[in-house]
Amino acid sequence: MDMLFTLDTGTGFWNPLLWVLGTAVAGVIAVFLYSLGERGYKKGTAQTEPFISGNPEPEKGLVHVRSGNLYWGFLDAMDGYYRRLVPLHTGDLDDYVLWYMGITALFFIVVVVFR
Amino acid sequence: MIPAFVVENSPALMIIVPFVAAFIAPFAGRAKPAVRALVVGGAMAITSAITLLLASDVYAHGTRLYVFGAQAATLAVPQDSGGIPVRIMFTVDPMSALMLVITAIAAFAVVIYSLTSERHHSGLGSYYTLFLLMVTGILGMVATGDIFNFFVFLEILSIASAGLIAFRIDGGVAVEAAIKYFVLSTIGALAILVAIGIYYGEYNALNMALIAQRMQFTLLDQLALVLIIAALAMKCGAVPMHFWTPDAYSMAPSSITALLVVASQASLYGLFRTVFSLYNITLNAACVGWLIIILGVLSMVVGVTMAIPQKNVKRLMAYHAVSQTGYMLLGVGVGLAVLDNQPLLEAFGYMAMEGGIFHIINHAMYKGLLFLTAGAIFFRIGTYDLNKMGGLGHSMKWTMVFFIIGALAIAGIPPFNGFASKLMIYESVFVFNPVLSVIAMVVSILTLASFVKVFHSIFMGPVLPEYKDVREVPGPMLAGMGILALVVIVFGLFPSLVVETLVAPAAHALADQGMYIAAVIGGGA
Repeated sequence: MDMLFTLDTGTGFWNPLLWVLGTAVAGVIAVFLYSLGERGYKKGTAQTEPFISGNPEPEKGLVHVRSGNLYWGFLDAMDGYYRRLVPLHTGDLDDYVLWYMGITALFFIVVVVFR
Repeated sequence: MIPAFVVENSPALMIIVPFVAAFIAPFAGRAKPAVRALVVGGAMAITSAITLLLASDVYAHGTRLYVFGAQAATLAVPQDSGGIPVRIMFTVDPMSALMLVITAIAAFAVVIYSLTSERHHSGLGSYYTLFLLMVTGILGMVATGDIFNFFVFLEILSIASAGLIAFRIDGGVAVEAAIKYFVLSTIGALAILVAIGIYYGEYNALNMALIAQRMQFTLLDQLALVLIIAALAMKCGAVPMHFWTPDAYSMAPSSITALLVVASQASLYGLFRTVFSLYNITLNAACVGWLIIILGVLSMVVGVTMAIPQKNVKRLMAYHAVSQTGYMLLGVGVGLAVLDNQPLLEAFGYMAMEGGIFHIINHAMYKGLLFLTAGAIFFRIGTYDLNKMGGLGHSMKWTMVFFIIGALAIAGIPPFNGFASKLMIYESVFVFNPVLSVIAMVVSILTLASFVKVFHSIFMGPVLPEYKDVREVPGPMLAGMGILALVVIVFGLFPSLVVETLVAPAAHALADQGMYIAAVIGGGA
């Protein structure tokens, strides 16, 4: 049984069964807390409409935050990194071959020097 | 119950069945598409069954030899051959068997998916011919014990893959991606052929075990090693030779992309087989190990950071494939770096190798699953552009569930399979060098962040007006995804069982060069 579930990782162990049991307990607690919530909720009424500071709700297509708007902060912060990395991906086959040849040559030097 | 003939000849049959079916498929399609589907589906089911049968036999009884044209299938060294294994042979040890298991599961899931996802396209006769040739190439590469045969199967795989990458043409963009892949593959294959020529000139042998036994690690051997490592690292998409990967992965049909992942891992297998079984401790293990580790770290970091800004879901996933390959290179690279130091190998080297090898099978399953979900979305809305997607969770619930399983697995979230292999890599690599382990963990966090973005972009939000009529994909496509999702869950819940039965024997077989040589030279009839 132990062999079936407990993975020895060398310096520790991992037992998914314990994790699943822990998650199940957390789920039961979450459902219990949910059951203590507001019971007067009426689906399909004005209660469920979004309140945007009194402004009308935009069209559905305009509400969705598109992929291009996500993580702009991360990308902006990493701008220096991306300004160097992205141009290396030229899409030019000549460059692909040059990288391959260059790495082969570099490996050969390292392997011969450190043999 | 299973005829002895099938068991005895399973190494040959697993190649013959898809190879013959590849050339029957176009003719079957002329009779009726349903007949072609029956031929392709049946051939793939039989191939997978035979492959799994062979793998289980190897795990139960040890390395299997299959000598083509010999009086007995295990007669590796005929009496009149001067002690040289002269014939073409397959040498299937537990490492090869693991790769066979990966190929059998992934290819079977993909064919079930493809029979529906591609049914409205033209040229399906060629499609299935090339698909089955791809499977033949992968199986041959991971089973052969002859290095020239490895080259032949690599070429079969590369040519078939290039044809399938170009399959949808797509205004010429897919053809361009295929040409890039094909030119690089051909240059890589040429480098491997030169290396094979060096071995043949030096040792008068093409059998890998015999070359390993005679290996002197001369300057020419060093050149051959570098030619093979660089070519196969490029073929598996290691940074900075990964540039073809997003182009090819994004332009191929999604079902083919899932199989391209397995194809890349067959190249990774070739790389590991070369450094461990062919050279082993004759080379400077620390030096070559660190080269592979550096390739791994670069792949992890560059792959994930290039994935984050992508707008095309398949290019994004392709960069993640590069990143995940880095984990495998890191784990096995650490094992190689301490290969000549038995105490360190015992302390953490084997564990790192097991983590890396476990990640190979895990990655094939969850990345294959993710590419199939991307294909399912394209099947319904006709775009891979994340900026044009949204709200599909309302109408494609099963696809969303499969995507979540794949995304959590690739991000290393418990209890899915990716977590178990990554944990093994983190802990063992930490003992070797803590900085490498920290980098691997940060990359995992960035992977999660990236897939949160993809999940939100595709599935969350209100139903968009343009997608209000979108429905779930047909059952067979869900079944294909379901097979891979099931493996992801089962491998995640029972990691110890998988490691003990599949992964640890593979890692030890890879590290033990003596056993590999003895199985051929000292084995035989």
